[in-house]
Amino acid sequence: MCDHQCFVYEIVKMSGSSNLVAMKKIVQQLRFEASINRVKVSQAAADLQQFCMQNALQDPLLTGVSSSTNPFRPQKVCSFL
Amino acid sequence: IGSHNFKEICFFERNKSCKIYSLSFFFLLPASALTTGIYMIFSTNPEMATQEVQPNETLTNLKAESDTLKTKLEDERAKLHDVELHQVAEKVDGLGQFIMKTRRTLKGHGNKVLCMDWCKDKRRIVSSSQDGKVIVWDAFTTNKEHAVTMPCTWVMACAYAPSGCAVACGGLDNKCSVYPLSLDKNENLAAKKKSVAMHTNYLSACSFTNSDMQILTSSGDGTCALWDVESGQLLQSFHGHTADVLCLDLAPSETGNTFVSGGCDKKANVWDMRSGQCIQSFETHESDINSVRYYPSGDAFASGSDDATCRLYDLRADREVAIYSKESIIFGASSVDFSLSGRLLFGGYNDYTINVWDVLKGTRVSILFGHENRVSTLRLSPDGTAFCTGSWDHTLRIWA
Repeated sequence: MCDHQCFVYEIVKMSGSSNLVAMKKIVQQLRFEASINRVKVSQAAADLQQFCMQNALQDPLLTGVSSSTNPFRPQKVCSFL
Repeated sequence: IGSHNFKEICFFERNKSCKIYSLSFFFLLPASALTTGIYMIFSTNPEMATQEVQPNETLTNLKAESDTLKTKLEDERAKLHDVELHQVAEKVDGLGQFIMKTRRTLKGHGNKVLCMDWCKDKRRIVSSSQDGKVIVWDAFTTNKEHAVTMPCTWVMACAYAPSGCAVACGGLDNKCSVYPLSLDKNENLAAKKKSVAMHTNYLSACSFTNSDMQILTSSGDGTCALWDVESGQLLQSFHGHTADVLCLDLAPSETGNTFVSGGCDKKANVWDMRSGQCIQSFETHESDINSVRYYPSGDAFASGSDDATCRLYDLRADREVAIYSKESIIFGASSVDFSLSGRLLFGGYNDYTINVWDVLKGTRVSILFGHENRVSTLRLSPDGTAFCTGSWDHTLRIWA
């Protein structure tokens, strides 16, 4: 009908075969994870850093937005003369 | 062991909010007695359905292969570990002094605040607490706009819908319910409540996806699930955690259909929302992971744990790349979030404080005091001008 993912409702151990099925799933998952492409940490770190630098000026908490533009900082009080 | 035939036997509805296929499989016992296994629901993935256990795939062989693969994974990750993040960031300017204070205090909950979320309009907030109350606040004025009493205590999860027209919440009732927010203050919100998600244990976190139409949930039953709000139908479920799942975060929309979850099994898993597959898994924390949050670029995520550390995991390097910890910090981190540029990581801790970390250099830039009990939840406002914390001291604070 449609391919829903596995959903174990209840498992009862019977002659160890459900253990086998579970173990097979673990091995399949590990095979999948072992096969993904990875980049070097130096490359990944450089990219994280670049993102920070590129967006630093747009980060209000980093640059310290003044009271007039930050809705939460106290406004200067107007007084009637 | 015997041959296994996986056949679709029948299709039935467990309840109106999810449909499960039921299959039974037959074992040939030595006495040649046929016994049906208890209902095990399998995917109709053709590969799975036609699999038969080969004689040499014994439990021992599989265990050995599993160990080999785990070692191979560690080796592959280690090979690419040529430098530390903070070394790369040595040339970056250090951050100056940070002066962040409580700018608003939201009082009104009668018990511990467990969760909060911002509305996209950058001023409304929804919060939930142990006493079963869910309150919608205007954070600028600190006024309460709506209040709902849930039929259960410990409302551990709440979320604002992207449209701003509804909130979702749940906890010990094992459900996630959606309440449309009415403009009419006198209207009884509870009357229009819609039950969306059903888990077999407490709801720990929930989040709308890009629209009001779908909700992602995580639960103490060890699973995460994606639901259609209108019909309550289960669209996808995510299995892999071996203990309670405590938190989840959706990837920034530009980076595609993935989300990360963290649990009591000390693992943080990244999932493909369409297939339900776990794509990457990280297990370096030494205790429960209470909070996970994507780095703004979507290439990494941070986690906060009961082991008193926060960590940064890079998805493309497939490994942990930073640990944010100090000897003086011995209480767990309950909640983490990044500033807009990703340079700052805010962590709410069980020792009542908020530690602010320089994500690149790995150092702490500030410690914020104010709450009188543990900080349980922390979120940056949508425009990054402030962040909000909720605490067991019954209050929420806005910091800027």
